[in-house]
Amino acid sequence: MTNRPINEDDLQAFVDGALDAERHQEVAAFLGTNKDAAKRVSAYQQGSTALRSALGPIAAEPIPSRLNLANIIEKQRPAKRSRVAPMAAAAVILLAIGASGGWLLKGYIMPPTEGVAALAQEASASYSAFAADRLRPVEVRADGGDDLKNLASATIGGPAIIPDLSKAGYRLMGGRVVPTPHGSGLMLMYDDDKGNRLVMLTRRMQIDQDKPMVASDQHDIRGWSWASNGLGYSLVGAIGSKYLHTIADEMRSQI
Amino acid sequence: MDDLLTHVEPMIPALRRYARGLIRDREAADDIVQDCLERVVTNWTHRRDANARSWVFAILHNLAVNRIRQEARRAGRVTIDEMPEATTAVDASQDSTLFGQDVLAAIEGLPPDYRSILLLVAVEDLSYAEAATVLNVPVGTVMSRLSRAREQLRLLLETKPTSAKPVGPFIRRVK
Repeated sequence: MTNRPINEDDLQAFVDGALDAERHQEVAAFLGTNKDAAKRVSAYQQGSTALRSALGPIAAEPIPSRLNLANIIEKQRPAKRSRVAPMAAAAVILLAIGASGGWLLKGYIMPPTEGVAALAQEASASYSAFAADRLRPVEVRADGGDDLKNLASATIGGPAIIPDLSKAGYRLMGGRVVPTPHGSGLMLMYDDDKGNRLVMLTRRMQIDQDKPMVASDQHDIRGWSWASNGLGYSLVGAIGSKYLHTIADEMRSQI
Repeated sequence: MDDLLTHVEPMIPALRRYARGLIRDREAADDIVQDCLERVVTNWTHRRDANARSWVFAILHNLAVNRIRQEARRAGRVTIDEMPEATTAVDASQDSTLFGQDVLAAIEGLPPDYRSILLLVAVEDLSYAEAATVLNVPVGTVMSRLSRAREQLRLLLETKPTSAKPVGPFIRRVK
């Protein structure tokens, strides 16, 4: 027996069966000697029972079809698409302005158009385009079959290794082929339990065939990119740069 | 999206029950549940709360509370809190059992805050911590509110037979 006096919260927790065994005993003993409290607690218990049995049948009713979750998920899909369309149109216009403007400014500012720096940009573009996509972020799902592996080998040529990030808490969602100014690239996407997504872009490199890891940062999208044996890799995501670095190291060690 | 189905679909009966406990009208309660589920689908991947149940219940609770406030404003009538006990209890039948419609009529006589806490803890079996998340108040507030809510419900149920007396000189319930 502890010497802690019984308080009102104990009585409530007693009613709800939320006390540990020892405290439960103590409260039961207290109620044995305190008639008023015992009467109150028993009325509270009756109140709970009455509420549960009065409302119970509602939970046993068949669910109306408008509350069918699968239908609600389905219904939200076209709505999302229609929101994307005007944004995509705007993106095309902005891209056109950017491209022509960029061409005129070319002589003054040279954006990275080659090597690992260009790869990092392509990776963050892929991230922007697909990581926010709830409908179909990947073309080929990682379902344990060979489809993704075959896609990977076909895209980058030769046997492909698909890194496993489960140690870092990220699952492989799948992948798709993305076009880049330097040939097709393979995009892999991973996510964790909180819905954070990472994108990995791999493609053949003409320039920077072997290059140590470098960081990149575009607004909120951070990346780490490197190249080895003629293949370039860029891992991007909207998470802390340091944490992303450790994941990139893990990836590099597997490749 | 698959984990959304496995997590949320089993909650739907309980969500309907909670909504109906707060809003007696069946259609209106299901409207709120539908609204809640739509928000859950939209925000599922962005949720930060690890406990899916309290996250979903919190969305439902906030929608229901907004609805109750709107109704009260639109009707321009006195809020339930301001009503004297006797008038809120007149609908109770003279049958003195605690079961069935009586207890539902009784909780309708409680302020919405008290009704919510009773439903969450006593009916939906949420832990005090989960209820605190849903109501966005500290656990201490959950405990004191729960204690007051239970006491008021007890008084309403105990005084019920006397409240069936005629409320005015011209109205008399005849069974």
